[in-house]
Amino acid sequence: MQEITTTRHNHLIDPTLHVWGWEIPIYLFLGGMVAGMMLISGYFLFKGRHKETNCSCYYLPYMSMVLLSLGMLALFLDLEHKLYVWRLYTTFQITSAMSWGSWILVLVYPILMINILLRPPKILEDKLPIIIEWKNKLHANPIWIKNIGVISMFFGAGIGLYTGVLLSSLGARPLWSSSILWLLFLVSGLSGAAAFVHVIAKNVYERELLAKADNAFLIIELFVIALFIIGLKTATQVQSNAADMLLNGEFASSFWVFVIGIGIVIPLIIQLLAVNHKIHHTPIAPLMVILGGLILRFIIVAAGQYSHWFALN
Amino acid sequence: MNSLSRRRFLKITGATFGAAVAVSSLSEVVKGAEKVEVKTGKKVKGIQKIPTYCDICFWKCGAIAYLKDGELWKIEGNPDDPLSEGRLCPRGTGGIGAHFDDSRLKAPLIRKGPRGSEEFVQVTWDEALNYIAEKMKKIKSDFGPEAMVLFSHGVGGNFLKHLMHAYGTPNDTAPSFAQCRGPREVGFELTFGDVIGSPERTDLRNSKCIVLIGSHLGENMHNTQVQEFSEAIEKGATIITVDPRFSVAAGKAKYYLPIKPGTDMALLLAWMNVLVTEELYNKKFIEKYAYGFEQFQYEIAQYTPEWAYIETTIDPEVIRETAREMARYMPATLIHPGRHTSWYGDDAQRSRAIALLNALMGNWGKKGGFYNPTSVNIPKYPYPAYPKSEKGAADNPNHKYPFAEGEKLSTGLREATLTEKPYPIKGWFVYGTNLTQALPNTQETINAIQKLDLMVVCDVVPSEIAGYADVVLPESVYVERYDDLNNPLFREGFVSLRQPVVDSPNDQKPNWWIAKKLADKLGLQEYFPWKDVEEYLDTRLRSAGLSLPQLKEKGVIRAPKGKIYFDEDEEIEFYTSTGKVEFYSHKLKDAGFDPIPKYTKPEEPPAGYFRLLFGRSPVHTFSKTQSNRFLSGLMDENEVWLNYDIAKRMGIKNGDYIKLKNQDGIVSNKVKVKATERIRTDCVYMVHGFGQRSKMYRQTFNKGASDSQLITKYKMDPLMGGTGMNVNFVTIDWEA
Amino acid sequence: MARYGMVIDTKKCVGCQDCVIACEAENNVPEGFCRDWITTESSGKFPTIEMEIRTERCNHCTDAPCVSCCPTGASHYHDVGGVVLVTHGECIGCKACIASCPYDARYVHPEGYVDKCTFCIHRVENGKDPACVSVCPTHCMYFGDLDDPSSKVSQLLKSRKNHSLIPEAGTKPNIYYLT
Ligand SMILES: Nc1nc2c(c(=O)[nH]1)N[C@H]1C(S)=C(S)[C@@H](COP(=O)(O)OP(=O)(O)OC[C@H]3O[C@@H](n4cnc5c(=O)[nH]c(N)nc54)[C@H](O)[C@@H]3O)O[C@H]1N2
Ligand SMILES: Nc1nc2c(c(=O)[nH]1)N[C@H]1C(S)=C(S)[C@@H](COP(=O)(O)OP(=O)(O)OC[C@H]3O[C@@H](n4cnc5c(=O)[nH]c(N)nc54)[C@H](O)[C@@H]3O)O[C@H]1N2
Ligand code: SF4
Ligand code: SF4
Ligand code: SF4
Ligand code: SF4
Ligand code: SF4
Ligand SMILES: [Mo]
Repeated sequence: MQEITTTRHNHLIDPTLHVWGWEIPIYLFLGGMVAGMMLISGYFLFKGRHKETNCSCYYLPYMSMVLLSLGMLALFLDLEHKLYVWRLYTTFQITSAMSWGSWILVLVYPILMINILLRPPKILEDKLPIIIEWKNKLHANPIWIKNIGVISMFFGAGIGLYTGVLLSSLGARPLWSSSILWLLFLVSGLSGAAAFVHVIAKNVYERELLAKADNAFLIIELFVIALFIIGLKTATQVQSNAADMLLNGEFASSFWVFVIGIGIVIPLIIQLLAVNHKIHHTPIAPLMVILGGLILRFIIVAAGQYSHWFALN
Repeated sequence: MNSLSRRRFLKITGATFGAAVAVSSLSEVVKGAEKVEVKTGKKVKGIQKIPTYCDICFWKCGAIAYLKDGELWKIEGNPDDPLSEGRLCPRGTGGIGAHFDDSRLKAPLIRKGPRGSEEFVQVTWDEALNYIAEKMKKIKSDFGPEAMVLFSHGVGGNFLKHLMHAYGTPNDTAPSFAQCRGPREVGFELTFGDVIGSPERTDLRNSKCIVLIGSHLGENMHNTQVQEFSEAIEKGATIITVDPRFSVAAGKAKYYLPIKPGTDMALLLAWMNVLVTEELYNKKFIEKYAYGFEQFQYEIAQYTPEWAYIETTIDPEVIRETAREMARYMPATLIHPGRHTSWYGDDAQRSRAIALLNALMGNWGKKGGFYNPTSVNIPKYPYPAYPKSEKGAADNPNHKYPFAEGEKLSTGLREATLTEKPYPIKGWFVYGTNLTQALPNTQETINAIQKLDLMVVCDVVPSEIAGYADVVLPESVYVERYDDLNNPLFREGFVSLRQPVVDSPNDQKPNWWIAKKLADKLGLQEYFPWKDVEEYLDTRLRSAGLSLPQLKEKGVIRAPKGKIYFDEDEEIEFYTSTGKVEFYSHKLKDAGFDPIPKYTKPEEPPAGYFRLLFGRSPVHTFSKTQSNRFLSGLMDENEVWLNYDIAKRMGIKNGDYIKLKNQDGIVSNKVKVKATERIRTDCVYMVHGFGQRSKMYRQTFNKGASDSQLITKYKMDPLMGGTGMNVNFVTIDWEA
Repeated sequence: MARYGMVIDTKKCVGCQDCVIACEAENNVPEGFCRDWITTESSGKFPTIEMEIRTERCNHCTDAPCVSCCPTGASHYHDVGGVVLVTHGECIGCKACIASCPYDARYVHPEGYVDKCTFCIHRVENGKDPACVSVCPTHCMYFGDLDDPSSKVSQLLKSRKNHSLIPEAGTKPNIYYLT
């Protein structure tokens, strides 16, 4: 029998690593949602379909701004040395995903702002008439709108990718050392964002459209999860062990029930029935998708911290 | 025994310091700078180094304490000290925690409630010492001075010992004999005519083959021993470890012998059988120096490895192979004599067998075996003679234990207190020893205490024993006080000084002050003619050609190295009655004991029970370090080691908490299980010193389990009155 | 350039934790935390057991993920000996470095910044051994320049069998264990 004992007893490290609590998963989840939203709104703007997809193009940017700020707040709350947060912006560390992330996040704000200019809030228009001028100028130049769409998509993808890369760049955690974690988080962000529009869009066409898109995203997500697991299982022993935590280990029940069941399969079935008009649309399904996305982040963050190279010995 | 040792001692104390002062280089140590600026009264800025010697155990390693801006910062080994050679053990390094200990006693206390209720009122030193003096005077006039007993462990007790002898009692004792080294010293004395002593005269450093019987070096952290052990490992020595538990030392061994507890005598006899029948022993040595070898040879023939296998469960081939391995390296083979040897009640005889096995190696006075320790003579302080005791000591009436010599039997004095035989004992003065933890069968200790008219405990924390005191005296810890000089028998002669490094935080006082003050109150001033301890130390040092200022600066002064091995053909004088190494002992025979060691089977544990074994943690000293935050931070409770398969069968998981119940129905505190492959199935193991039940001692209360509590049974060594304590059986208390 | 590292002889280490206490005292490590610790690994069935006792700490990796993931540059390679250090005043406490370390060598100091073994660079730069090395009663730890072939540490690595911890994590650790 193998017996390993250690005398280390550091808070948050032992007996198992848990330096990141709820803040980081929330941050990653919100970041993913924002990424998905920017991709969706950007896509429709690029396609010039902002007329039909009102909610996506005009409402999502507001929402993104709010969620992004909440996400940054969660990140801030997680910092142990809060008064030094400004240190993030006195440097750019090229090898650090987190440094990239923090710069991307600040760059995203102006983009969202320009996006919002397409339909600024009433109070703003009243207070700052010049805004109306800008808005009109934008609407007079479809090519500009197209470009805003492109930039939106670009940065949206950037955020989505970043939330995954943040984890997978930390090579020490076998569960995270996957080359497609970014894709998983990106797709999950997309499905969450699509689900979000599905819930709030008033326009039936848009709702249907996004429900269909969501179904596609969910199916892709299933594939990506499968690839993610297969990738880990076929990599090193420790990575395989890490995958087992999700498949049949410590995190299996929450993974299968919440992420796969409630987060993907059940809403997928419901939404497939709904888009095929077998049943009425219900906000329950998209809410499940969003919940699944949230829990995915929690599980990946928690299980990742739990997974360790030492399992090898 | 005493007389022989003294004879030997006189012979070797020829060395003087002579050129010593020049030899010692104290580059590292800054001159004893003042801690407080004289002018401003402010603490001195910057780093200061003050040499002293450690007191976390009784090894007395030379150390250097560092102050940073006048505050105690850290403590390191003194490179000039031959015991530490600049490196302390973990307890020594963590020793500064004793100064910062939040649990410390702050002022003298006098009992308010019933004994053991731990209810006290705080008093002044004058009140406390007056109280003690009054009682002691009354005890002396009613029962004679012998009715006072001093229990004192450690060099700090020297001044109190002096006081008690001046008062007129011969009864001073410590648990370091009957509960510790006694059996070993007696066994070796009976064989070689000399004792092992402390620090042990083992030349581990140069051994090519080291046999450890229980001695769990690496967990047992006696500094010099561990350093030398490691040196031997580095040089490629063969290590043979005999232990029912896969100890740290077992992990270093080429041969690990997982012996059935209590059967070591069988193994020792079988080893000697192999050495003798295969004629592998040191013939030259035996021919010249052995007495009674023929009888021995005849008797040993019956103890074949096959016979021993049945007793010990050790493979006969392994017994043979290890015996041959020992012979291969002799005389640089050392069968370690052990230290805590009071195991099974036949311990002096087992130690004798170990001595004989060593004798077969011919390693006495040889490199890699036992060196001849040396010392320098620092004359005692010229005190007036002590009053003669009419009654003599009470620990061993009628010499019931004929070989209990050298030190008094702690348990014998407890017995005398309980039975009032040979005469009543009415007062205990307890210094630096936690008797409820150190003596077997706690209840007997408590019963004895309840019979007393006076019970004084001098301690640094509210230890278990302090809870039973009438008067508790808070002592300054070692970094805050002077103590007597350290001037042991060792590889080389030296003297080292303990001196105060920082002030005591509250109203604690050093032992010398307490002894002198109490002497005043007892009318024994003439025995304390010195003004203060500095004058005492300086007087002693000057009579050896040194001075206190010199030693304050250096901490340690070494004498030139002398010869510690016999030359190739040097005649060896043994201080036994035959002048030889006694394979056959008439002394034993005449006293009615086996003249050649014999094996007795240990009692088997009842079904469902395990033998309770115990030992040391590298980061604790007995029960005295559990509230030191440096040390408790690394281990704040003990675990009970239980064989993995057994645990599994019983449905106990690693880390579960259980309670143990012993053969007499005594139930322990809850204690964490270490379910491990590293122990036999017939015993459990725990580190001694935990599970203290003093409520005043909050940091330690109920943390872990106490082996002492479960040691209700003990087996007396008929030769010397040692208390074999490995004779208790425990089971899991499922009701817990 | 020098590459500081340690070589630890597991044959001699007894797991006494002196190195841990020395570090605590020397570096004022907050109560309840440790920069170094002891791992005991045993395998086999009683009584045939193999056991290795090791003192562990930050490996001062040559390819340190804790440095590359740090968004502020607080975690960095010191110009002397490639020692990996954290500048307290630059650290935001994001803990990415902790999550990135395969050895779990770092912890959050109660004051908010991330802390770990410094190889006692303050001592080393004054010509002394790290505190843990200098107290070890078994003399089982050796500190020195791994890039200098004549150093004691290099010599030991040449002459004795050794291993580092989790080399497969690819961080190029600079602590080696002699077996
Ligand atoms: N850190 C630290 N070091 C210390 C001390 C301390 O308090 N702390 N105390 C010091 C003192 S005063 C002493 S006396 C020594 C004691 O240290 P040792 O002399 O080494 O003590 P033992 O009681 O012989 O050792 C206990 C070991 O013996 C094994 N053992 C138990 N029963 C048997 C048996 O029947 N046969 C065999 N072969 N082995 C057995 C146990 O499994 C355990 O490994 O330690 C000294 N060193
Ligand atoms: N069950 C069991 N019993 C044993 C042993 C065992 O392993 N198990 N081991 C035996 C052995 S080998 C030995 S040597 C003895 C040791 O027995 P003891 O010497 O009695 O050891 P401790 O239990 O540590 O008690 C020491 C006491 O001294 C106090 N003290 C510490 N520092 C100072 C100081 O500076 N001044 C004063 N005045 N007091 C101080 C401590 O608080 C503590 O109460 O125990 C023996 N008894
Ligand atoms: S062996 Fe350790 S505790 Fe004992 S005196 Fe030496 S340093 Fe102090
Ligand atoms: S001080 Fe030395 S022997 Fe003790 S645990 Fe540390 S490295 Fe090992
Ligand atoms: S051991 Fe961990 S903290 Fe130290 S350098 Fe390597 S990755 Fe960084
Ligand atoms: S916690 Fe500090 S040192 Fe670690 S990555 Fe974040 S900023 Fe860098
Ligand atoms: S090198 Fe210094 S900081 Fe690192 S573990 Fe050793 S003592 Fe602590
Ligand atoms: Mo002892």
